[in-house]
Amino acid sequence: MSDIRNSTPGGEDYEPQISVASTDAVGLAAGGSAAPLPGEDKSYSQGQLVARRFFRHRAALSSMIVLGIIIVVAFTSIGIGPIPGWWPNNYTLQYDKIGDGAPTWQYPFGQDTGGKDYFALVMRGTQFSLIIAFAVGIISTVVGTLIGALAGFYRGWVESVLMRLTDVFIVIPLLVVAAVLGKTASGWGIWGLALVLGLVTWTSLARLVRGEVLSLRERDFVLAAQAVGTSPWRIISKHVLPNAVGVIIVSATLSISSAILLETSLSFLGFGVQAPDTSLGTLINDYQAAFATRPWLFWWPGLMILAIALCVNFIGDGLRDAFDPRQNRTKD
Amino acid sequence: MTTLDISASGPATATGDAVLAFEDLTVTFKTEFGDVHAVKGIDLEVRPGEVVALVGESGSGKSVTSMTALGLLPRNARVGGTIRVGDKVVGALDGRGLRNMRGNDVAMVFQEPMTALNPVLTIGDQLTEGLQLHGIAFGKQAMARAAELLGMVGIPEPERRLKQYPHELSGGQRQRVVIAMAIACDPKVIIADEPTTALDVTVQADILDLLRSLKDKLNTGILLITHNMGVVADMADRVAVMLKGDLVETGTADQVLNHPRHEYTKRLLAAVPHLGSGPGQFGDVAPVEAAPEDLPALDLNNLVIEYHRLGKPTFRAVDDVSLSVAQGEIVGLVGESGSGKSTIAKCALGLIPAASGSASILGTDFGKLRGKELKALRKRIGVVFQDPASSLNPRLPIGDVIAEPLVVHKEGDERSRRRRVLELLDAVELPRSVYNRYPHELSGGQRQRVSIARALTLDPELLVADEPTSALDVSVQANVLKMFTALQERYKFACLFVSHDLAVIDLLAHRVVVLQNGRIVEQGPREEVLHHPREEYTQRLIAAAPVPEPLEQRRRREARHALLNKLGEDVAELHVDEDYERPAPRQDEGGNSSGLGGFMADGGN
Repeated sequence: MSDIRNSTPGGEDYEPQISVASTDAVGLAAGGSAAPLPGEDKSYSQGQLVARRFFRHRAALSSMIVLGIIIVVAFTSIGIGPIPGWWPNNYTLQYDKIGDGAPTWQYPFGQDTGGKDYFALVMRGTQFSLIIAFAVGIISTVVGTLIGALAGFYRGWVESVLMRLTDVFIVIPLLVVAAVLGKTASGWGIWGLALVLGLVTWTSLARLVRGEVLSLRERDFVLAAQAVGTSPWRIISKHVLPNAVGVIIVSATLSISSAILLETSLSFLGFGVQAPDTSLGTLINDYQAAFATRPWLFWWPGLMILAIALCVNFIGDGLRDAFDPRQNRTKD
Repeated sequence: MTTLDISASGPATATGDAVLAFEDLTVTFKTEFGDVHAVKGIDLEVRPGEVVALVGESGSGKSVTSMTALGLLPRNARVGGTIRVGDKVVGALDGRGLRNMRGNDVAMVFQEPMTALNPVLTIGDQLTEGLQLHGIAFGKQAMARAAELLGMVGIPEPERRLKQYPHELSGGQRQRVVIAMAIACDPKVIIADEPTTALDVTVQADILDLLRSLKDKLNTGILLITHNMGVVADMADRVAVMLKGDLVETGTADQVLNHPRHEYTKRLLAAVPHLGSGPGQFGDVAPVEAAPEDLPALDLNNLVIEYHRLGKPTFRAVDDVSLSVAQGEIVGLVGESGSGKSTIAKCALGLIPAASGSASILGTDFGKLRGKELKALRKRIGVVFQDPASSLNPRLPIGDVIAEPLVVHKEGDERSRRRRVLELLDAVELPRSVYNRYPHELSGGQRQRVSIARALTLDPELLVADEPTSALDVSVQANVLKMFTALQERYKFACLFVSHDLAVIDLLAHRVVVLQNGRIVEQGPREEVLHHPREEYTQRLIAAAPVPEPLEQRRRREARHALLNKLGEDVAELHVDEDYERPAPRQDEGGNSSGLGGFMADGGN
C-alpha cells in the first residue's frame, strides 16, 4: 500500500526518480512526467495548501460568510461604545408599543414587554456573546497550548505537575466553578467574565497539545535541532508548535463555540452578564416565560446562539479537514 | 470496494498454464490534481513453481500492480486490462467472489510483519481465521492445521506459539507466521511485497530460503516485489523491470542481471553497491591524514548506556564499547537491529547521557559540559538521520532549514547566511531554486541532500550519519553516496557512519566496527573485517548479504549453507510431511455461490 500512497500527488513522493546519472538532483526542475500536474511548478507552502483545502469545504466556507455577516451586523448596527451605529433605535430606551410587540417593519425583531426595540437588544446581546466567546477562545488556547507544550516537551516532573493540575481542573464541575468565579468577576464587567471562563476551559486543549508534542518531540527534525544546540524555547516555538498548529486551531474554534454555550448557560442561570447589560443567554433567561405567549422574544436570541455555534463548529470541521492530509478526499 | 471496470473480453483459456497473468493492465488514480497513471499497460505472467521478481524504484507502480491481483486498490483507482488468477478474471468478480479468491487463489506476504499481524489477536486466531472463512477447517481441526502450518515454516513449539501474541515473537518469526498465513489455504500464487525489507540481513537470508523451498515443494507461483537486486539474484527465475508504470525489460534472472539490454536496467544495476568490491565504486574516499598525536574526532571509552524503564529492570543498550574516530576518518558502525548502533550515534551527539564511561569530541568530554560550552561543542558535530521524511521540519522552507544552525549559533547576518546556504546547495548538487521550496515538494533523495547540507552548515569536524541512505532508492542512494564521498574529500570531516548495509560500509569506511547486542564483536580496518572476518558473527553477517549476480549469489548461498552446517544449524526450509494433505475447501453452497465451483475441485494443481 505504501507505494500507492506515495504515488499520489497528495503524498510525499509523487515523482519517481529515474535516471541514475543526475536526475535526482535536477529532477525537480525537469519534472519529466507525461502529463505535468497543475500546481507542480508552483511552490505551495503548508499554509497555502491548507487554505486551498479549506475553501473547497462548502459548509465551512458558507459558515464563515454567515458568521462574518453576523459579526458585521452586530457591531455596526447599534454601534459599540461611543461609536454610533446605523440602526435608529437604542437598546436601553423604551418606545411606544405597537400592538402586542410582535415583529413589524419598524421593529423587525418585535418589542419586549417594556417596549424596548428587541433587534437592538439582540444585537447588543450578540456583541457581548461574541466578545466573550472570542476572548475565552483566545485565552484558553494560549493557556492550554503553553501548558500542553511545556508538559509534552519537558516530560518528567514538569509534566507530572502540569498534568495533575489539569486533572484537578477537569474533575471540578465546570459550571460550578464558572458560576462562583463568574459571579465575582462580573463585577469587573464583561472582560472579567471572559478572563475567568478562559482560565477554566483550557484543559482539553492542554491534553491535546501535550499528546501532539509528545509525538513531535520524537521526530528526527527535533533531534537534529537538539544536536545542533538549539535552545528548548526555540525548539518549542519554531519546530514543535508550528507543526501542532492544526490541532490548536481546530480546538480553538471548538472552544469558541463551547464558550458561547457556557456563557449562555451561566447567563441563563443568572450568574453571567448582569443587567442593565445583556447577552443572548440573559435575554433567554429574562423572557423564558414568554415562550408561549410572545415566542419571538425567545426565538430571536435562541436562533442567534444556534447560528453562531453552528457556524463556528462548521468552520472548525473545515479547518480540521484542511489540516489533516488524510482527509484529502477526491471529487468523484 | 474497488472500481474495477475490466471488460472480460477474449477467450478465458488463452493464458495457458499461468497462475497469475496481467494483460495490458492499466491503473489510473483520480486525485485532486488530476489523473495519475500509475500503471501504463503491462503484460506479465507467473507460472506454477516460478518466482517472478518485479523490480523498480518507489513510485514505479510495482505495488499497485500486485494489488490489482487482489482487487485491493483504493476507491479512486480505475483498472483497465485483464487480470487472471488461475482461471478467474478478477474484474468480473463481485465482492463475494473477490473475498473467496483472496487467500484461496492468491495470498499476500507483506513487508512489515508487525503491522501485517493484528497485535490484539493471538497467532492462532489469525491463522485459523483464514481457514475458517474459506471453510477449510473449523475449531480444533483448524487449530491442529494452524500448528501444522507453523511447524512447516520452521517455528519451534507450534502449539505454544498459537496462544502467543505477535509482540512475543521476533521479527523473523513474525514474518514466518505471515508466510504460514499466506500458504494456509494453499493458494496458487503468492504475492510477496518486499517480504524481507524490514528484516535483518541474516533473517532475510532465512526467509528467502524458506520462500525458495516453499515454491519448490508446493509448486506455488511467487510474484516477488522488491527493490533489492541481491534478493532478486537470490530468488528470481524471471525478472521484470518496471519504470514509471511501464515494463521496460523482462527476461530470466541471468539475462536481466548479467546482460541487461535496457538503458534503465543498466543504470539501476550500476547503482547497486557490491559487497566485496571495496571503495572506488562511487568515487574514492580520501585517505586518513591525521597524525597519530592528533586528538581523535570522537573517542568512546568503555561506554555504557542504559535505558531506565518504569517497573522493569534497566535495559543495557550499549555495554562497554570503546572506539575512536580519527580526524578525517570514516568509521562504519554495522550491526543488526537492536545492536545499539543508533544509541551509540545518539550518545556521540550528546542526546543520550552515558551511564558510565565517556564520550569525547576532540578531547572534550560531553558528560562534563553544561550550557554555553555544550552548545559550542555541538557546533562541531553535524548529524544526518535515516528518514528524510521526518528529519526536516515540514513548516520551514529549505533555505531556512539549512540556515537554522547559523541562526541558532548567531553566526553571520542575513546576507552571509544566504550565501552559505546557496554554496551548500551547490555542494550537495541541488538547484538553487529549492531555496524557497518546502520539504514536501522534494523527493526522498533531495531531502536527504538537504539533510546533509544542514549537517555541513557549520563546517563540523565530526559528522554522525545514522543510516543516511537506508530509506532511499538504490539509484538515489548511489548519487547520495557519490556526493558524500566528494564532500568528505573536500571538507575532510570525520564520520561515524551507522549502517546495516555491509555493501555501503564496504565502499565508504576506512575502519569497520561490528556490533552485536550492544557489544563490539570485531573492529579493524575495512579490508580485514569485511574480507577476512575472524569472528563467527561477522562471517555469518557477510555470508547472509546477497549480491546482485545470480551465479555468484548461488555460490555464496551454498557457501552460507555450508557455514551454517559447520556451525551445526539448520538451513531454513519448508517442512512438508509425506502425508501432507493439501487443503481442499469445502464445497458448501453458502460460500461458493458466485460461480467458483469449477476450480475448487482441482485444489491448486
